[in-house]
Amino acid sequence: MPKITYIEHDGTEHQVDAEVGTTVMNAALDNLVPGIDADCGGECSCATCHVMVDKSWMSKVGKPSEAEESMLDLNPERVENSRLSCQIPVTDELDGLVVNLPEFQF
Amino acid sequence: MAEATTPLMVDLDPATVPLEDIDVSQRELWSQNKKYPFFKRLRDEAPVHYCKDSEFGPYWSVTRFEDIMEVEQNWQSFSSDPTIVIQDPEEDFELPMFIAMDPPKHDEQRKTVQGVVAPRNLQNLEGTIRSRVQTILDDLPIGEQFNWVDRVSIELTTQMLATLFDFPFEDRRKLTRWSDVATGGPETGIVESEEQRREELYECLAYFTRLWQEREGTQEGTDLISMLAHGEATKNMDPQEYLGNLVLLIVGGNDTTRNSITGGVIALNENPGEYAKLRNNPKVIPNMVSEIIRWVTPLAHMRRTAVKDYVLNGQQIKAGDKVVMWYASGNRDERVLDRPDEFIIDRARARQHLSFGFGIHRCMGNRLAEMQLRILWEEIQKRFHKIEMVGEPERIPSNFVHGFSDLQVVLHPH
Repeated sequence: MPKITYIEHDGTEHQVDAEVGTTVMNAALDNLVPGIDADCGGECSCATCHVMVDKSWMSKVGKPSEAEESMLDLNPERVENSRLSCQIPVTDELDGLVVNLPEFQF
Repeated sequence: MAEATTPLMVDLDPATVPLEDIDVSQRELWSQNKKYPFFKRLRDEAPVHYCKDSEFGPYWSVTRFEDIMEVEQNWQSFSSDPTIVIQDPEEDFELPMFIAMDPPKHDEQRKTVQGVVAPRNLQNLEGTIRSRVQTILDDLPIGEQFNWVDRVSIELTTQMLATLFDFPFEDRRKLTRWSDVATGGPETGIVESEEQRREELYECLAYFTRLWQEREGTQEGTDLISMLAHGEATKNMDPQEYLGNLVLLIVGGNDTTRNSITGGVIALNENPGEYAKLRNNPKVIPNMVSEIIRWVTPLAHMRRTAVKDYVLNGQQIKAGDKVVMWYASGNRDERVLDRPDEFIIDRARARQHLSFGFGIHRCMGNRLAEMQLRILWEEIQKRFHKIEMVGEPERIPSNFVHGFSDLQVVLHPH
């Protein structure tokens, strides 16, 4: 199973084994990683699963869709490598992925 | 106003009334709290339901969680323009506000002000909120009956709003009044006539225009009025648009949390087992706050207007149709929620409710609302064994602001 590392704002790291086919959001929820609220349950409709993808992984993770873009755009703390983790499917290609969690979800 | 030909719902049996006669917009259903069995019937038998005639004209009701989500996500088909409430705007008194706009203008105006209630700013407000909550609670009479809505719910949210606007503190009850007037016409008894309503709203505009003029010449402040006066997307608003956005911020910060504060007391009184859980474990408070917001659903609906033909859960909606998303129903949808009619303060995934809406119009003050409620309940639990509800609450006769005007309580300290 692909391994994903979540780094909290205070530096605490959580490495989890994620099943292929789930999302980076659900892998966090299933493994009780704190810092992801996921209020809409993975519908790209609340932006409370915001993560910052480690820069070296950006090309593999890819760019947000138009719908995700419109949600991210309303977050005043959005940065270049911001993504909604519900919109990142876990694949074998993402084995080793590192994402940073923001100080606040909106 | 069109004469409603549909019968009065409160007099009918929700189990047997013909589906085509159901009109969940009727005020009596809300003031008497009899709407839930009608919504259950619609969810089960006609989840996307057309009401051909009502006080507000014909409209579609969307009653299931998943269908509401679908409408929320598709702003390209379901516009927020010209209004987000079931009642159409008065033709000669339009109040443009960003909640009732579509991208790109919505996004630009929202971005101007949303920073003030963003979590980073809220950190700085936590101390202020806590000390105000403490003062309000410490001033309450013990062992003597009083109206919780007035002394706590209104007082706390109004103080908060005055802080965010940097509004003269001694005049803060004007904000409460303007909020009530903005959402309630003569039919609710809040004003005597539409003329009186407009007059009061113009007083609101005149007051805030003075504050705007004082602040536009000074360095950019961190209050909402300064942000509007200096923001690129908002500094050239015409007076009616300024008034519209003021109304949005006042109602958004006032009518909503006010009713969650009251509704929480009611829910705990009606569910003594849950009140006991809270006493035994104050750590449940953040989760309870989400459950209160779901259970109360302080705004009962949001309305969209279809701008293209669209098939929603098998029903053909036509361009121009009025589409009402009933959050009060979606938050009780048994397809998504376990035991949805029950109030369960340690409910799993309590955050997954519809009360803040979803998509680009999602409530921007959600974290402030949660923070006010969390601090309030932390301070209540330090002081009182029980807030005892005596008698039944008085409900607001509105299908939009879903709340209470009076709740008599007696406090029992530890």
